[in-house]
Amino acid sequence: MSDIEIEIDGQRLPAKLNSMVIQVADDAGIYIPRFCYHKHLSVAANCRMCLVEMEKSPKAVPACATPVMPGMKIFTRSPKALAAQKAVMEFLLINHPLDCPICDQGGECELQDISMGYGSGDSHFSEKKRAVHDQDIGPLIETEMTRCIQCTRCVRFGAEVAGLRELGGLGRGEHLEIGTLIGTALQSEVSGNIIDLCPVGALTSKPFRFSARAWELTQAPSISPHDGWGTHINVHTRQGEVMRVVSRENVSINETWIADRDRYSYEGLHHADRLTKPLIRVKGMLQETDWHTALEMAANQLGAVVSTYGADDLGALASPSATTEEYYLLQKMMRQLGSDHIDHRLRQIDFADQDHVAASGAWSIPIAELEASDTILLVGSSIEKEQPLAAIRLRKAIKKGATVMAVNMMDYDFHFKVTHKKIAAPHYFLETLAGIAKALVPNHIALSDISATQLDQLMAEKCRVGRVAIIVGASAFHHPEASLIRALVQCIASVATASICYLPEGGNTVGATLAGCLPHRTVGGKAASTPGQSVRAMLDASKKGYVLLNVEPEGDVAGAALMTDALAAADSVIALSVFRNPVLEQYADVILPVTPFTEMSGTFVNVAGTWQTFQGVAHTLGEARPGWKVLRVLGNLLDLEGFDYTSSEDVLNELKQGIDEAGPVAPLPFVLQRYSLNKASDKSTITTLSRIGDVPLYSIDGLVRRAASLQAAQSVMEGDLIAARMHPDTADALSLLDGQRVRVTQKNQTVVLPVLLETRVPVSAVFVAGGMMKTSALADLFGAIEITPVEEMR
Amino acid sequence: MQRFIKKILLWELIVGLMVTLRYFFKPKVTLNYPEEKTPMSPRFRGIHAQRRYPNGEERCIACKLCEAACPALAITIEAEPRLDGSRRTTLYEIDLFKCVYCGLCEEACPVDAIVLTRNHDYHFENRGENILTKEKLLAIGDKYEAEIAADRAADKDYR
Repeated sequence: MSDIEIEIDGQRLPAKLNSMVIQVADDAGIYIPRFCYHKHLSVAANCRMCLVEMEKSPKAVPACATPVMPGMKIFTRSPKALAAQKAVMEFLLINHPLDCPICDQGGECELQDISMGYGSGDSHFSEKKRAVHDQDIGPLIETEMTRCIQCTRCVRFGAEVAGLRELGGLGRGEHLEIGTLIGTALQSEVSGNIIDLCPVGALTSKPFRFSARAWELTQAPSISPHDGWGTHINVHTRQGEVMRVVSRENVSINETWIADRDRYSYEGLHHADRLTKPLIRVKGMLQETDWHTALEMAANQLGAVVSTYGADDLGALASPSATTEEYYLLQKMMRQLGSDHIDHRLRQIDFADQDHVAASGAWSIPIAELEASDTILLVGSSIEKEQPLAAIRLRKAIKKGATVMAVNMMDYDFHFKVTHKKIAAPHYFLETLAGIAKALVPNHIALSDISATQLDQLMAEKCRVGRVAIIVGASAFHHPEASLIRALVQCIASVATASICYLPEGGNTVGATLAGCLPHRTVGGKAASTPGQSVRAMLDASKKGYVLLNVEPEGDVAGAALMTDALAAADSVIALSVFRNPVLEQYADVILPVTPFTEMSGTFVNVAGTWQTFQGVAHTLGEARPGWKVLRVLGNLLDLEGFDYTSSEDVLNELKQGIDEAGPVAPLPFVLQRYSLNKASDKSTITTLSRIGDVPLYSIDGLVRRAASLQAAQSVMEGDLIAARMHPDTADALSLLDGQRVRVTQKNQTVVLPVLLETRVPVSAVFVAGGMMKTSALADLFGAIEITPVEEMR
Repeated sequence: MQRFIKKILLWELIVGLMVTLRYFFKPKVTLNYPEEKTPMSPRFRGIHAQRRYPNGEERCIACKLCEAACPALAITIEAEPRLDGSRRTTLYEIDLFKCVYCGLCEEACPVDAIVLTRNHDYHFENRGENILTKEKLLAIGDKYEAEIAADRAADKDYR
């Protein structure tokens, strides 16, 4: 769509009105040097590197801040333009130190490159260069502010994309310094992007510091496994070892941004916990062995469980971040053995509506369309912490005029404006959400007990106009009455004609659903002939045999204590695992080392249903093997049919064929049934306490839990997570003091934690983070909880 | 006839021995190596050394430019931040079997840390001694520092 035509270097080019010269040049592949301009940030025009000659203009003009005009003639390589660029380059280098040999940016530095291409060999400057004090801005980013050329990309990124104005310019002229002003660590969960943005070596990666040079690294594309966004990343390896991760552009998914956990989780790949050899239990002791022995033993044990107790006594649990191929083979193996007890929804507990949920669980709109929403309703979602890149899209929507509303169990500190919010403790959450449904559907039979408040009416009004997206987050999935929440959301969406955007935890939940890694559905969402048990039922039933695919009981499962008991009681536990884990080491009979995503090929399906296949980019560590290969051999050893794959593509093709054969599967319609509400006449009196067990952003999976710098960043961002956080009013009512040690009890399981007062937690709720070793004894992430003070020993 | 007489009188041999006789009375050029040595250019490229600053701090900053410049891929470097935060090597090895003594590493070095010394008469007795480790390189540098510094000074106008 071109409105006008301009001429650059003699080429006639179509241009959109109001676009800048540099955009037109970029589209035509004409390179203009630049430092401060970035296509996803606002125009600052403060580096002056993109000066070009414009016809009829006595002075050179900045291409990034000059709007196109009909008939405009631009010369990017004329003597006048080159002289201007050379002069600017000399000015930029006046205060830039000559420390390229010790700078991590050396070899991939825009300043180096442009200086070579457009600068001059010497400088007229012989005075003293300035030096700037460095600030410690956290465990992820290293600063060397003397190298800064004040392009302000990092400042604009914070203000415009991350939503947190953490960096800013202080002083002016030669004294202008970029910094945090108060010297605190960065709090943003996407802060690492300023490393990619920085054109010089002022902001570099701290964990990567001095470990490799740009020219030693091999770049290979991959997909991030930490959330369902399907973020595109580039993995940099040296001699087959992952050295760092940087962003890869994909306009329809992550633009050019990646979250910090995508960037830094590679540290976990080299953790000492990585398994390198198969382990088997011989006379009660785990010992290293070869693959053949371990696989034979695993197959024998599975066969023994099936023949002795029947296939009904065999269950399989899979991490929600495994590859689609692994899910497919796992469910194929289990179903051929005769067991439908397969699940990947490890932190969820309420599955009452599982036949009503759509067959893939994917969004009905593409990710990029979230930006076009007029109203976004967050239901049980701390979106920035759960899916940092979703929050970037959301902020873009707000910039375009969208209204964001939230119904949450905790008053999260969002880095964007939430117009209306309703915060309620988990046991009042349904009633709170139902208010909005009531305002939209006053006559609904199931909502007769509910009364809509004025706020509900306001929020309902917003839901009636324009494009509406309802984002259902992790805490809604983990809630003990998650099925009712989903039913209410469906009810709201059907009236508001909204798109429902489910954001469950894990990198590949849609892939798991489509591959049939569910007890009630097989490939493509086809209903299973004999529905199996879901994760909680499987653990309660205490099976004789378990197959675990990358599951760490203390970190990944809602009922960690329950799972430990179940594993202890089982005859046979076969674990496919990337990492060593104390519970697995205690109870597993065979531990087979599988590879993480960097060392194998596979496919992730993102929340919007986009299939993304990636290849292995690094050497496998020790004898670890891709999960799909292990499952293939296991299938062969068990004499199962159709396990003769030669590549992961074979598996994928078979799965896709299966999905095509299944055809579109219509789920049962959602019915909002009448349910009993926790009605408290006066919410200020505390009758019940319930736990909010959100999993902190760097505790979601085994890889990030083992990335040292992310853990350091988490304690900076979240404070002390080994604590019982509660509202001061709750503490008053229970006569507890800040810092006092209390016994936190949930279903006979107790941990002792200090009290931490926090006003973000609603009254009559207690925030105890999930996914942590020290709180894993507590059975449920949400649900009733008891608090009793510990009597101090005198 | 003339040819026959020359053949009988061994004329060619006499001509040859005349050369010998001439050199017999000329001054000798042979040196008693290793007691005596020929003069050497300050640019001679012998065994490698790593230098230190006068305060004892190693010069090498682990920029890896020598590794990148080496045409024979003889140099291997690993780096990480030292405790004081400075950029240092944790491993610096030169494989003398691979090295072609071209001197590009020395030219690439921004801090004159890696240098080629005049020392060319060295030998190995065991496998693995062809690998010059950082300790060995620094030891060579410490031993010949005076000579290395004098050579760089002599050549400074041309560098």
